[in-house]
Amino acid sequence: MAIDLYVPMDATALSLGADETADAIRKIAGAQKADIRIIRNGSRGLFWLEPMVEVVTEAGRIAYGPVMPEDVDAAFVTALLAGADHKLRLGKPEDMEYLKKQQRLTFERIGIIDPVSIPDYLAHGGYRGLKNALAKSGAEIVQEVTESGLRGRGGAGFPTGIKWQTVLKAPADQKYIVCNADEGDSGTFADRMVMEGDPFLLIEGMTIAGIAVGATKGFVYIRSEYPHAFAQMNRAIAAAKLAGYLGDNIQGSGKSFHLETRLGAGAYVCGEETSLLESLEGKRGMVRAKPPLPAIKGLFGQPTIINNLLSFAAVSTILDKGGAFYKDFGMGRSRGTLPLQLAGNIKRGGIIEIAFGMTLREVVEEFGGGTLSGRPIKAMQIGGPLGAYLPYSLIDTLIDYEAMAAAGGMLGHGGIVVFDDTVDMAWQARFAMEFCAAESCGKCTPCRIGSTRGVEVIDRIRDGQDVQKNLTLLNDLCETMRDGSLCALGGLTNMPVQSATKHFPGDFQPARKAAE
Amino acid sequence: MSTAATWDQTGAKEIIAEKKSMDGALLPILHALQERFGYVDDSAVPLLADALNLSRAEVHGVITFYHDFKRHPGGRHVVKLCRAEACQSVGCQSLEAHAKKSLGIDYHQMTTDGSVQLEQVFCLGNCATGPSMMVDDKIYGRVTPQRFDAIIGKLKGGR
Repeated sequence: MAIDLYVPMDATALSLGADETADAIRKIAGAQKADIRIIRNGSRGLFWLEPMVEVVTEAGRIAYGPVMPEDVDAAFVTALLAGADHKLRLGKPEDMEYLKKQQRLTFERIGIIDPVSIPDYLAHGGYRGLKNALAKSGAEIVQEVTESGLRGRGGAGFPTGIKWQTVLKAPADQKYIVCNADEGDSGTFADRMVMEGDPFLLIEGMTIAGIAVGATKGFVYIRSEYPHAFAQMNRAIAAAKLAGYLGDNIQGSGKSFHLETRLGAGAYVCGEETSLLESLEGKRGMVRAKPPLPAIKGLFGQPTIINNLLSFAAVSTILDKGGAFYKDFGMGRSRGTLPLQLAGNIKRGGIIEIAFGMTLREVVEEFGGGTLSGRPIKAMQIGGPLGAYLPYSLIDTLIDYEAMAAAGGMLGHGGIVVFDDTVDMAWQARFAMEFCAAESCGKCTPCRIGSTRGVEVIDRIRDGQDVQKNLTLLNDLCETMRDGSLCALGGLTNMPVQSATKHFPGDFQPARKAAE
Repeated sequence: MSTAATWDQTGAKEIIAEKKSMDGALLPILHALQERFGYVDDSAVPLLADALNLSRAEVHGVITFYHDFKRHPGGRHVVKLCRAEACQSVGCQSLEAHAKKSLGIDYHQMTTDGSVQLEQVFCLGNCATGPSMMVDDKIYGRVTPQRFDAIIGKLKGGR
């Protein structure tokens, strides 16, 4: 019988040579006349160990990593196929501390299953949520989601059940389900990992949403920077159609749901929901004024559920195990689990799915092991390019929606980017303005013009010109952008800028810095 | 990109006809045109306007709104360097400087031999193993200047 090997096809694993590693293993195993089968799984999310190769043995799966293409020689392949000792042997993945300490719901199967195999998905508890949903009325499904306390995982944290209830009650001939997979925030990759590592989880969640509110058509809007995720979603949709999990009369229920993918085109602002809807309609990704809410007047003017990918993924779990089960995780008004994404200058970066209530220190220092460079941590940017920079002194802040807001930041999509003490926070503030200028859709003046003026003001500050006066001006500009912009792009650019000026004032005093 | 065909109206018309009944067809068509030809020629604008019942201004507006769509043929390979925060934290600025210097070009330019077009990108979702870059559709992590040179060397050698 063939020996089963797992070599991830996750983009991070690929970026470190997973394809070449798989080829090298295949070649050497062939020369050794070994009968092997290589399955391309998602990543378990321990990125410093990628490419992480696993072999199925009688004692369970044994992992090796990081297995760079140049590490693959005859001795390695011999050890791998026997699950035997080797300097790259890591042991059983489930015994690794990094994984043991997590509470994986959304990421339960990722890295374990063959991502595009329906039988594998079913064997690991997949489509139980849909089965339960098909036995319920739309109102009952929405009730389950409401009871779970799930809040939108895109960043705003709006209660998902309330959004769905609005669409359920809106009368229309055609409703739509839209997944926002335009994961543009630097430091985030959870959506990508789900699409690459367990795409049926998203398909199931969207199908449940469609059945709940009576929407027969859905779209997954994926950013073009994710070609691997896009291809994987297309493969998974084709497999789900073939198995009767998408299309007309799903599993003989008489219910229909059709799903298509759409590719973004490199515009960060299209992660904003109304801009995304415009883009899906084939237009410029210009932000719409709200109201009307997309739940009332969304895609092509019809009632639309538009949610982040992680929200739909959570729904599959909620309908499988119940709203009460999900609600038992977490604390306060932040219920369930959140896949945190630990990134930047970090020793052990990756995905950490855990119930709300950890501190930043537990994540960054205990899981992450501190900076990759070995230097002290100076700042952590939480929640993407529009999130605040928190100083090391705030490392004991709790990771939930309310605690982050109280610390002057936001949790956003759960990305944490770590910087060491070589970072120049005035440069980071300038970059935030530059990024806003590059990505502004141009519809509202504070964002379109303010961002360019912001770059200029920070340049003058860094140049030592009228520093105090210009800092006051910058503060004023930030407030104007915050209060006057149509959407979160212009409306939140103040967060990285003002958190930098507040927590790292020394970096904005070039004259004083030079004198020190 | 390395296999891009030269622009031809008949091929463009075929792509438009095949996809024009999709919901929100303009972006999928533009992606398909760019995939086939490496860019979207201005002569496609009236064809698209006609097929989708839009004004030429609307079509032009969409093409120029998105960073992805190119209006002129570019290099045989597109090299995209990530400039976002997670890559900044591990030194992408020095990689950018090295890339520009060794290729002798700035962003949005192509090398004189036409082999490489340099572009910036804000996040490839490879944020725990940066600095990251993408060459055509292939992604690379932990890109040091030495690794960059090795990858580019292969591109130039392997044309």
